[in-house]
Amino acid sequence: MSDLNTIIFGLVLIGGAVGGAAVLTWFERRLLGIWQDRLGPNRLGPFGILQVLADMLKLLSKDDWVPPFADKVVFVFAPTAIVVAMLLGFAVVPFSPDLMIIDINIGLLFFLGMTSLAVYSVLLGGLASNNKYALLGGLRSAAQMVSYEVFMGLSLMGVVMLSGSFSLRDIVEAQSDMWFFIPQFLGLYVFLIAGIAESHRLPFDLPEAEHELTAGFHTEYGGMKFAMFMLGEYLGLMLISCMIVTLFFGGWLGPWLPPVVWFFLKVFIVICFFILLRCAIPRPRYDQLMSLGWKYMLPLALLNLLVTGAIALSMEG
Amino acid sequence: MLKSLRSQLTTIWTILQHSFSRCETVQYPEQKPYLAPRYRGRIVLTTDPDGDERCVACNLCAVACPVDCIALQQGTREDGRWYPEFFRINFSRCIMCGMCEEACPTNAIQLTPDFEMCEYDRQNMVYEKEHLQIDGPGKYHDYNFYRVSGLAIKGKDKGEAQNEAQPIDVKSLLP
Amino acid sequence: MPVITIDNQEYSVKEGDNLLQACLGLGLDLPYFCWHPDMGSIGACRQCAVVQYQNTEDYRAGSRGRIVMGCMTQVTDGAIFSLNGDKASEFRKTIVESLMLNHPHDCPVCAEGGECHLQDMTVMTGHRDRHYRGKKNTHRNQYLGPLIHHEMNRCITCYRCTRYYNNYAGGKDLAAMAAHDHVYFGRHQEGVLESEFAGNLVEVCPTGVFTDKSLVNDYSRKWDLQSAPSVCTHCAVGCNTLPGERYGKLKRVHNRYNDEVNGYFLCDRGRFGAKFVNSDKRINNPGLRDEHGRYNIIDPHQALHQLVEACQGDNNIAAIGSPRASVEANFLLKTLAGEQHYSPGFNAQEQSLAQLALSLQQHSAATIPSIKDIECADAIFILGEDLTHSAPRIALALRQSVRNKAYALAAELKLQPWQDAAVRNLAQDQRSPLFVAAVTDTRLDDIAEQCHHLAPDDIARLGYAVAEQISGKANASDEPANTIAQALLSAQRPLIIAGSSCGNAAIMQAAAAIADALALRKNENAGNSMLCLTLPEANSLGQAMLSPNEAPSIEALAERAYKIDTLIVLENDLFRRAPAAVVDKLLQSVTTLIVLDSLETPTLATSQLALPAASVAESEGTIVSLEGRAQRYFPVSECQGERRASWAWLLACLKELGHPEAANIHRFDDITLACSAAQPMLKGITLAAPDHFYRNAGVKIPRQPQRYSGRTAMRANVSVHEPKQTEDDETALAYTMEGLNRHQPGSLLPFVWSPGWNSNQSLHKFQTETGGPLKGGTAGKRLLDNRQNNNNQQKNSQQAVATTAPAAFQASAGQWLLVPRQRIFGSDELSSYSDNLAELLSDASIEINSADASLLQVKNGDGLSLGENLACLRVVINNTIPQGCAAYSVGIAGTFNLTLGQRVSLQKASDWQRPKQADVIASDGGAHV
Repeated sequence: MSDLNTIIFGLVLIGGAVGGAAVLTWFERRLLGIWQDRLGPNRLGPFGILQVLADMLKLLSKDDWVPPFADKVVFVFAPTAIVVAMLLGFAVVPFSPDLMIIDINIGLLFFLGMTSLAVYSVLLGGLASNNKYALLGGLRSAAQMVSYEVFMGLSLMGVVMLSGSFSLRDIVEAQSDMWFFIPQFLGLYVFLIAGIAESHRLPFDLPEAEHELTAGFHTEYGGMKFAMFMLGEYLGLMLISCMIVTLFFGGWLGPWLPPVVWFFLKVFIVICFFILLRCAIPRPRYDQLMSLGWKYMLPLALLNLLVTGAIALSMEG
Repeated sequence: MLKSLRSQLTTIWTILQHSFSRCETVQYPEQKPYLAPRYRGRIVLTTDPDGDERCVACNLCAVACPVDCIALQQGTREDGRWYPEFFRINFSRCIMCGMCEEACPTNAIQLTPDFEMCEYDRQNMVYEKEHLQIDGPGKYHDYNFYRVSGLAIKGKDKGEAQNEAQPIDVKSLLP
Repeated sequence: MPVITIDNQEYSVKEGDNLLQACLGLGLDLPYFCWHPDMGSIGACRQCAVVQYQNTEDYRAGSRGRIVMGCMTQVTDGAIFSLNGDKASEFRKTIVESLMLNHPHDCPVCAEGGECHLQDMTVMTGHRDRHYRGKKNTHRNQYLGPLIHHEMNRCITCYRCTRYYNNYAGGKDLAAMAAHDHVYFGRHQEGVLESEFAGNLVEVCPTGVFTDKSLVNDYSRKWDLQSAPSVCTHCAVGCNTLPGERYGKLKRVHNRYNDEVNGYFLCDRGRFGAKFVNSDKRINNPGLRDEHGRYNIIDPHQALHQLVEACQGDNNIAAIGSPRASVEANFLLKTLAGEQHYSPGFNAQEQSLAQLALSLQQHSAATIPSIKDIECADAIFILGEDLTHSAPRIALALRQSVRNKAYALAAELKLQPWQDAAVRNLAQDQRSPLFVAAVTDTRLDDIAEQCHHLAPDDIARLGYAVAEQISGKANASDEPANTIAQALLSAQRPLIIAGSSCGNAAIMQAAAAIADALALRKNENAGNSMLCLTLPEANSLGQAMLSPNEAPSIEALAERAYKIDTLIVLENDLFRRAPAAVVDKLLQSVTTLIVLDSLETPTLATSQLALPAASVAESEGTIVSLEGRAQRYFPVSECQGERRASWAWLLACLKELGHPEAANIHRFDDITLACSAAQPMLKGITLAAPDHFYRNAGVKIPRQPQRYSGRTAMRANVSVHEPKQTEDDETALAYTMEGLNRHQPGSLLPFVWSPGWNSNQSLHKFQTETGGPLKGGTAGKRLLDNRQNNNNQQKNSQQAVATTAPAAFQASAGQWLLVPRQRIFGSDELSSYSDNLAELLSDASIEINSADASLLQVKNGDGLSLGENLACLRVVINNTIPQGCAAYSVGIAGTFNLTLGQRVSLQKASDWQRPKQADVIASDGGAHV
């Protein structure tokens, strides 16, 4: 792709991702409605799709208020960080063999780096609010992300071993014989859970657990700044879904249909699955979350690495 | 671990099945749900079968109210009946628990299947007697407290209530 | 102390008690109706049935016990009872069912509901269904006056009403009529109940037969009444009351138990007179008179500014306090004006009498009795008082004290005093001796052994004669003095009562002389003699204590009125105390007249600046009763409008002025403290009640019962946003329902309620024993407690008492001596503003005997003009009045120009209109009742 095309594609991607995230808010609520035997937002526009617009208008028209007791600079900076980090993460996603912003040979690492940056946003937001609920939410988020980061990375090493590359395009192409979710089932499982935790979505939304912490780290946020946090969360959801598809479900690979369509179809299904998880599984206690991470997920990820490594070695040998 | 994993997968599967079950909610303002006559909604004061107000201002509803949102003052009418000089329910405090109806000895206070009581101004949620009083006996068609009670009122002298003998002539020694 | 076993539990109980008393005293719940702690047992209602067992084996074997009535069974050592065993509870349940056979299903429209002893007992016994299928008996109600509502259908024939009304209060016009299940309690015909204590029927009746009529027509349930401990301000006895407030109105007054003062009963003036608090004549805003003579409402800051300005600089200030205002308010006023310029608010006669009463009580060798002591007296001599009208609660106590003879007779037969019917049958008409020497007939004449109707000076002479008989200085044939003296001498606890009613100092001195003579002649084993001196107003004695003898009276201030720039009058209607000429002279000479009062009195109407004072129901204060008991009353509700407690106005003024004495006074308790420090005689007033720091279980004491309703709706018509509950920084009580109403001092008991006991019968849960003092101690602090130091004072007791009798009364031609005719309704200022008493107030009259009447050629109902345009009054011919005396209705409008003890000429009024005969009210507002 030429530079100009890349720039245009980049802009389209940003617009698409942000727009997609916005639509996702509506889509998630409708889907939750279906699974909970109710209707969900259905009043505005066809199927209620204009609810997105209404919500946006509402958030835009809200008073842009910074609490007088907050650390103002950090308070304003925090919500932007998550959006920027997540959007940057999209740069390495291979939508089709030739539709991606950049194909770097450490694409996977870049993705991991970007998702890790998101923790700053949450932590800083919590600290800057100068509010006990926000502080607790921020601290939880930091602990949660640091813990789950570890085996999130480890769980992907199996994929890297099998494909022999950190480049995401190579990884997708390495799956032309067999999608990695079959050999890397354990990896997928661990990555799935870590992914939810990274994007702190239900059932792992402890940083903003409403029942205990009011709204956690974004208690003091409103209007556009709150919208940024929400945007970041949905971008994260989409990004994780893209990565799952890329790493375990063969990316754009698939018969008959154009590769892009395949990719988005797979992403869509994964997103639906995430929403299903939110709908079905209750939030664990904080200590349960931590013990799950360190006592089960980390050993599981290591085991996966060991077995994959052994198999890879034996196959080479 | 495995057991709980299985449990979670079962849950996810069960929820997924709900994709195909019927929606429980309805399109509310267009589609009205059926509310039973004994639904606990807006409170009214009813009249007895003869069309006179049933409330005798006994204060039992007020004392039964767990949120203390009923206030009234008793008065005595010309015809000997007790009546509420004012009767006020602060619906912004009311929790529609129906205790007042349970407590009412004259079936005067009743909850109705009307729950649509939104106001932009909280002050409008304060209902006085004229807002509460309806022109009908509500759910209980036949009960008239003063026909049962021994208190004499105009048009019902001593001895004319249910199960009452004629007043005793104190000066007579007959049994 | 006998030990009895109740349901396997051993209890030691008081010797001589009956089982019901014992059970209630132990905190056990045993239902009852006819028993009353002050009226004893008759075993009529069969409700307190328990099972008694012969012995332990009997008890173990079961089913061998016999049912006995708790109230008729004396506790004996080793007795075994069961409250619930062997169908005793079944029996009680059946009894309630039969008592309720004719009960009319009208609890929702009954003013007793929610505080009904019958309801409580029905729930306690578990009765629910009426099994009898027959028709209910009904009764016609009677009109019993404007105070008491009658609803005979509700009666359960416990006979408490007639036992109280006839036997206890000495009424004659309420009786049980007809027979078997037709029994009817009422009058022989409709009409106002005659007894001055009829109001107690409301509390005595265990159900709703007798209810408070003014409450019935503006009703609130007991649980909705906010109340606080208060003290009756309508006479000097100082009965403890419990006023109940709802929606800013005083709804009713109930008795507050104080074992040494009013016990279980109040008089009708106290019970129904407090409604002046709701009067239309209450003032709500400060008013300033403009140059056109009209009042303009000003805001309180302006008012305070005006008050301060009038007191500032070189202005000569004078102040008139009031014997109906609290000690604290008077003390601040005295501080503001300075001692020489402060008048306690008496006229000259009242002041000398109040001071005399104080000094006689201080120096007397006799005991100053509480009402409880009065009830123990076994020989009584009343000098110059019609107590039923001047100190009503004492008259009710005297009706009990004449029964001491009956109790003495009963004790000989080993009958317990609570065996009411037996004791009464035994004594029949035998009473302890009571002698009355009064200027007119009195309401106690029916129980008196001798009544002497004499002129005031002759009463004093009789008193001195009795004193001389007692000290053995006179010859024994002098009757009736000898009879009286012998009766008093042979008594264990003789009581002498006199007072200021006649306006005659000699009577009080004579009474003190008798009491002292008795004290000196007493043999060792007899109790001390008692001397009770009545005064007219709630805080008369407190004012006498606060101000020295030589403090200026109203007349004295009038004399030097030209020197006064600013005159401040505190809660005092001067026109009631002195002739209009004197008061006019005073009020017109002063430059600025400032009046602080709760009601629009004639005095207030002439003021330049009128400040609205809180009434007794809205403020706190200490008053000193006639026995020298300092008692605190507390605000029942917040002040409405711009009213403020008098002390608050005065304190704010002192603060603005920067008065040095006010520097350390910040709140009510500080005033009490400063007053007790400044005036040694009032040292004890701080002990009248706990200060505002008192906490019960860590919180203040609630004024509202736990079931207080309508909290979020009462003010919702004004604003749906509920305000925070008013804080009460001045007292240990709070305007809330949160807190503990248990275990606090007796002076802080705002209502009585106990689980399962919603009626006033729950009182026994607050008493140490039935009829005994409250668990928190008796309310009030006696400032004149001379019971301990009698012996020291006996030596010098004689010095205060003048020993020479006045000259005998001589009727002089054309001049009549003015003597008082007190009226329970009307003679007191505040209660006459109470609208529910309006119907019972009568116009002023003058009573003369028929000889004088024929001399003056007047008949009943004619008019007589007194002196030179002093008054013109309706004539009543009364032959008990000594010739040459004329009794006028004291305290009633039209007589304020008259002074007691004055001699005036009488003349038939030529242009007198005979008052139209008031329509006799025959029925209670319609044929249906």
